[in-house]
Amino acid sequence: MTALWLLPAIPVIISAAILLLPERMTKAVSLVGATVQFLAIILLTLCFLSERSDGDQSVFLFQQRIEWFSSWKIGLHFGVDGISIAMILLTAAVVTAGILVSWNLKQQQKEFFILLQLLAAGAYGFFISLDIFTMFCFLEIAVIPKYMLIGIWGSGKKTYSANKLALMLMSGSALILVGILFMYYQLPVESRSFDFITMAAHPLPLNIQLVIFPFIFIGFGIFTAIFPFHTWVPDGHSSAPTAGSMFLAGISMKLGGFGCLRVATTLMPEAAQYYSIPIVVIAAIAILYGAFATMMQTDLKYINAYSSISHCGFVLLGIGFLNHSGINGAVFQMVSHGLMTALFFAVIGMIYERTHTRKVSEMSGLMKSVPFISAIMFIAGLCSLGLPGLSGFPAEMTVFMGGWARSETVYRVVTIAACMSIVITAVYILRAIGTVMMGPIKNNSFAVLDKAAWNEKWAALILVTGILIMGILPYLLYSLVNPATGEIIKKLSKG
Amino acid sequence: MSEQSYILLIPLMPFLAFLLLGIPGKGAFSRTAGYIAGFAMLISAAISIYTAIGYFSDWGKLNGVYQQLNPVHYTWLQFTPDLSIDMGVLLDPVSVMMLVVISFISLMVHIYSISYMKGEERYNIYFSFLSLFSFSMLALVMSANIFQMYIFWELVGVSSFLLIGYYYQKPSAVAASKKAFIVTRFADLGLLIGILIVGFQAGTFDFRVLIEHLGNPGHEILTLRQNDFSPISWGMLLIFIGGAGKSAMLPLHIWLPDAMEGPTPVSALIHAATMVVAGVFLVARLFPVYYFSAWQVLPIISWVGVLSALFAAIIACTQTDIKRVLAYSTMSQIGFMMFALGVSGFGTEGLGFTASQFHLFTHAFFKALLFLCAGLVIHHVHSNEMRDMGGLKKSMPITHICFLIACLAIAGIPPFAGFFSKEEILMAAYERSKPVYWIALFTSALTAFYMFRLYFRIFWNANPHHESHHKEGPAGQLFTLIVLAAGAVVLGFIPFGNYVSTDGKPLSTGLHLVFSVAPVLLGLAGILTAFWFYKKQSDRADRFASGAGSLYQWAFHKFYIDEVWLFITRKIIMKGIGTSAAWVDKNIVDGAVNLSGNSTVRFSEKIKKIQSGKVQLYGLVYLVSVVLVVLIIIYFINRN
Repeated sequence: MTALWLLPAIPVIISAAILLLPERMTKAVSLVGATVQFLAIILLTLCFLSERSDGDQSVFLFQQRIEWFSSWKIGLHFGVDGISIAMILLTAAVVTAGILVSWNLKQQQKEFFILLQLLAAGAYGFFISLDIFTMFCFLEIAVIPKYMLIGIWGSGKKTYSANKLALMLMSGSALILVGILFMYYQLPVESRSFDFITMAAHPLPLNIQLVIFPFIFIGFGIFTAIFPFHTWVPDGHSSAPTAGSMFLAGISMKLGGFGCLRVATTLMPEAAQYYSIPIVVIAAIAILYGAFATMMQTDLKYINAYSSISHCGFVLLGIGFLNHSGINGAVFQMVSHGLMTALFFAVIGMIYERTHTRKVSEMSGLMKSVPFISAIMFIAGLCSLGLPGLSGFPAEMTVFMGGWARSETVYRVVTIAACMSIVITAVYILRAIGTVMMGPIKNNSFAVLDKAAWNEKWAALILVTGILIMGILPYLLYSLVNPATGEIIKKLSKG
Repeated sequence: MSEQSYILLIPLMPFLAFLLLGIPGKGAFSRTAGYIAGFAMLISAAISIYTAIGYFSDWGKLNGVYQQLNPVHYTWLQFTPDLSIDMGVLLDPVSVMMLVVISFISLMVHIYSISYMKGEERYNIYFSFLSLFSFSMLALVMSANIFQMYIFWELVGVSSFLLIGYYYQKPSAVAASKKAFIVTRFADLGLLIGILIVGFQAGTFDFRVLIEHLGNPGHEILTLRQNDFSPISWGMLLIFIGGAGKSAMLPLHIWLPDAMEGPTPVSALIHAATMVVAGVFLVARLFPVYYFSAWQVLPIISWVGVLSALFAAIIACTQTDIKRVLAYSTMSQIGFMMFALGVSGFGTEGLGFTASQFHLFTHAFFKALLFLCAGLVIHHVHSNEMRDMGGLKKSMPITHICFLIACLAIAGIPPFAGFFSKEEILMAAYERSKPVYWIALFTSALTAFYMFRLYFRIFWNANPHHESHHKEGPAGQLFTLIVLAAGAVVLGFIPFGNYVSTDGKPLSTGLHLVFSVAPVLLGLAGILTAFWFYKKQSDRADRFASGAGSLYQWAFHKFYIDEVWLFITRKIIMKGIGTSAAWVDKNIVDGAVNLSGNSTVRFSEKIKKIQSGKVQLYGLVYLVSVVLVVLIIIYFINRN
């Protein structure tokens, strides 16, 4: 199985098909394409697992190299480990659900679905790239379409949000680019390469690591809403169209976490150790600060966007702990948050289509008029507040466990501070859900609303299934991710 | 898997009922839902009782000592090579007893609800939530691992939230359900951190290993029995806070009275017999650890318990909503169970522990009975308020007798069940802590008073609405009342110490007639006072209340604890921290971003007026800066 290049290629092929075929087939083509890709990825996962159980212990499986800029030693080098498998599974689920919820889009269908597919191509390519430069290229592919998605199909102050998002993410990219070029030039001339494996084989000296690490970590951190560079998140998410928000929160923010893990932590393990305390402190601030700020939001999308800042803090927190449990937890949280927040945005979109408002105070008693959508929102909310049986719980607990396993006081204090967010989360989730779904119906025009359509049900079902599988059988994801984490830990303990 | 793995069916049955009834959504099984859920619960209860008989008479004992058995076990989530959350089943006398109590009371509540909830639009949803709750609670008490327990602890919390908020269109029910969830969640934070601390100190989350390591006088960790708080003591204190939240102990009790917004059978199940005793169960489960490794916490437990008991009893004397009176009385009785654990010793001195579990057992029956009777009364008069009641003796004779039995039981009048268990608790307190004993004694007199105040005002006097037609509830509901009333009469005669004790060895808990005189006389005095105040419509009680002046006012307003909490959450956390976080984010953090953005734009426009489209502008700025940076790097590298 050395056809990993197909992963980013399929969305491009779909885009081409959309472009060439008549507009009435656009939706069908993208849905069929995404479904095929989803199934292919599930197949890939099964192959991966069987390969592993057959005793293939190499770090990256299914590696494939394609020459590109040979003079600069830039190539397309693909390969997957457990973490990237988890990420592309997440991507496939979110993309498929995103296409389903955009089914009723009227305006410029072709362009919209092409952009969605391009975003997907960027994300897939990013997660499977083993060449840092190509990885960076895919990261850019995953950013630029967002600008247009928000600018064209967005709502509210969309131009401002689109500019802000593109600008901040671009500055993140600039930092990353500086960092990886710097790394490239630090290698001995004969082995200069952007190849991940080559770079990992030539660890940088500590003083160089200490300089480069912040560039790369903050650069990727901006994608995952590192405090205080998180302000693109609320505006970006709330101005984006539903599928855009799902994609942004469900996948884009994961690009950052994945990059922090793969590039920053793995290639510069000593610097990661050195900066561990600042990272966890910043992450804990993001967790609490994001949670408190969420409490005061009145718009459903803002609530979810701010809560994403808080939840993504757990990803950085887990990475900052630099141990098995912490990094496992970070990956769990990426998957969990991706599914949950995509679900949340999907539901908010469904509600908005019916009520034409996102203000919490303008809605009430929707449980009566749209029971299915309310039930789904309830599940998303419970997952967000970390209810056992749903995906958020094992993720958060694993991160906490990682923090507690570090015996230094500062880590324990940070862990306790992060634990407090479970109460604050409960407060804002219940406030939102309690007001929107429960209580008497105050606005009579909301008494009879359209029931959930088939596409909405399927979108919700895909994401809820993911949440339940991860929540009830976390051991599955654990056994997928843990060997890959083990490799990172090996690097860290060598340093 | 061992031969006892059929035990898994006990929680599994209600879980299947939950899925079956819940997934199709509102309106399915509109007639049969109650029977389906009830049947599932019947099987659970039958297996529980079968297990209990087997455990206590056959396979539970080894050399005369009840064992902690672990028949089912698998890894759920691994953290580090030696720390994991394992799902398993732990059977010991306490959990077996709890299984019987929960499944039996739940069965009664299911039967009662079949007719009580008839005609509800969301009939099947009600039963699916009820099944979810029963599943979580049964799984909670069976948990072999403290983290597993935490999982079901949370699930119990959420199913309680769903049931309290069952009438979701009523704003007060919504508020109550949110309050219950958030307050207990706040306490759960303590539980979680406590679990982390204790788990890491002991190197395990498994109850048996935990107790072996920390609840054992011979173990080496315990060689230093120093008096200051060790990390384990702090951890155990935090765990107790978690338990206190669920068990509505002072000052985390504020959710319980409001939780009465749920349907009455739910109150009987969750807020009287099962969920609220989870805190007691938690402390009892970890009792050896408390006793040997965190003994500094035990006095705290006993004082929190006894003060909650007293405090709730005082408030109960002034409330007028009958369900709220019952809620405060629950809080008070749980306070009894809690302080009994706090004053308990170990081994042959473990009377408090046994008494606490005994009281938990008997209380489940008579308190569920009280709530179910109250449900019938409320359906009869269509009000929760005492002033709308009176004279129901004639029209509801069976309910009346059952309610009277339950009142006598809770007031501790022999030979009803409550007498025996309460007697043991008072005895344990008398032996080990005199101040606690005196407060408890006074509280038990108050208990008799407020319960009979309730009784006389509901069933005696004249009916304010002058309707005296005979209107007893449906047969199914009366059946459950009679079964529970029978329990409240006979269960006290169980030689409980033979089965449940701190160390698994039988404990003799004889009665001491002389000792019983004072509590019983005080109880009778309480009843007589209530009789004098409330047998006829009179202003005696009002005159007394105005005589008590501010004490009455304070008690009536529940000592203003709700207001204090409201102040903390609304004013300090929401207004103070929340608003300022949101403000800082909008004005300072985002302000800086906007400032940098705006100044870049302004600057760029000054130097590049030819550019008109913003996209290109950003693209150019971006490209130029990248190229510059690359050049700088190349320059520096070539210089070397």
